[in-house]
Amino acid sequence: MGLSVSLKKKVNGFTLDVAWEIEDELAVLFGYSGSGKSLTLQMIAGLIRPDEGIVRSNSKTYFNSSAGIDTPPWVRSFGYVFQDLALFPHMTVLRNIIFGAPEIPKDEKVSRAKEMIEAFKLKGLEDRYLSEISGGQKQRVAFARALIRQPEVLLLDEPFSALDHPLRLEMRRFLQEVRERFAISVILVTHDFDEASSLADKLIVYSHGKVAQVGSLQEVMNQPSSTEVQMLVNTKKL
Amino acid sequence: MDNSILFSARLSLQVALVATAFIIITGVPVSYFLAQKNFKGKELVDIIFTLPLVLPPTVTGYYLIVIFGRNGLIGKMIYDWTGFTIMFTWYAAALASFVVALPLMVKTTRAAIESVDRNLINAAYTLGHGEIETALRVILPLARKGIIAGTVLSFARAMGEFGATLMLAGNIPGKTNTMPLAIYSLANSGEWTQAHTMVILLTIMSGLFLYIANMYTKRSI
Repeated sequence: MGLSVSLKKKVNGFTLDVAWEIEDELAVLFGYSGSGKSLTLQMIAGLIRPDEGIVRSNSKTYFNSSAGIDTPPWVRSFGYVFQDLALFPHMTVLRNIIFGAPEIPKDEKVSRAKEMIEAFKLKGLEDRYLSEISGGQKQRVAFARALIRQPEVLLLDEPFSALDHPLRLEMRRFLQEVRERFAISVILVTHDFDEASSLADKLIVYSHGKVAQVGSLQEVMNQPSSTEVQMLVNTKKL
Repeated sequence: MDNSILFSARLSLQVALVATAFIIITGVPVSYFLAQKNFKGKELVDIIFTLPLVLPPTVTGYYLIVIFGRNGLIGKMIYDWTGFTIMFTWYAAALASFVVALPLMVKTTRAAIESVDRNLINAAYTLGHGEIETALRVILPLARKGIIAGTVLSFARAMGEFGATLMLAGNIPGKTNTMPLAIYSLANSGEWTQAHTMVILLTIMSGLFLYIANMYTKRSI
């Protein structure tokens, strides 16, 4: 599934004005903190309303300001993994995952959740609360919850930034497995070039609320569109 | 125990329970809207729901007479249709307690709802849950300690209501004399033994409610 995005938004003196498209691939929104990457994800998901623009997947237009289309976030088909994961502290692991599948008929819910638990190596943790599982396990719960209703696109807002290095490497491998297993388009927001370069099919480089360059890792590294992009990709970690 | 003490204690409980039930029904949605929604006149609504907390209860009672009295704005309509007036009944005591205690519920619950992590609410939306479902399954459960604390505080306040109740329900022995009103009459007529009993009873009960409310507010932080 692809996604086509064109967004304009003014907030507190910051102007975001971006347009890009992705195919069935893993695209990385890459840039300094405060360049508008997370804001873009929130507007794609419908959590923040753009001043104008378009959000369109292959199958559906979710937002089109000139046509007056603005689908609420709960109707959009995006899986969202938040930076702090946003798992529900008052629910068990199983309940958290089932919560991600409101449209699925009741009797199917549990069996689907069990499949996800199997796939995400969470077996035996079903009845635990979040305070009782590890950081890596929490990450997997967040992914399972976001994927159970088979969204068109998976949106990841720096989900690995709080992890220590070995776990971050493990989660990168895990993300690639998820990609293969669910055959889903992914948009990953990060300011970690290591992460971007090891995962991206396509890099979308952000700078001050604008798209500075779009291309494959090779293209961006070999032919940076500006000195700023060059600096961005040469700085290992921002 | 003296029959009149028992009557007053039972009436106070009845009034406070009925008032609290309506406080939960009204207070939770009002708090939700004040915490989650931005609308024109929001601060005015907040002020209206907070005023009874700072106004002298006699002033609140006065407003209630103007609205619900036999010749009041709404009271007259009710009287013309049904021949019923709420004045000087235990319903009036419940109404007075409801209005005076509601701000405690709204303040506590609003703060609890506002403290629910915005990301958790957004997560529920992106997982396909609409506003009502998110409110019922994420926001209110996570704010439940504040809601319980608000409920207990309101109940304790309703139990102790005096001024507005006196204005609206009067102090009729065997009919509308809740414990605070009965204590006032007993002290006036110098019946100290009975007054002592009721004062101690009311103090212990209110202290207990505050203890329960504190337990929940502490845990919610």
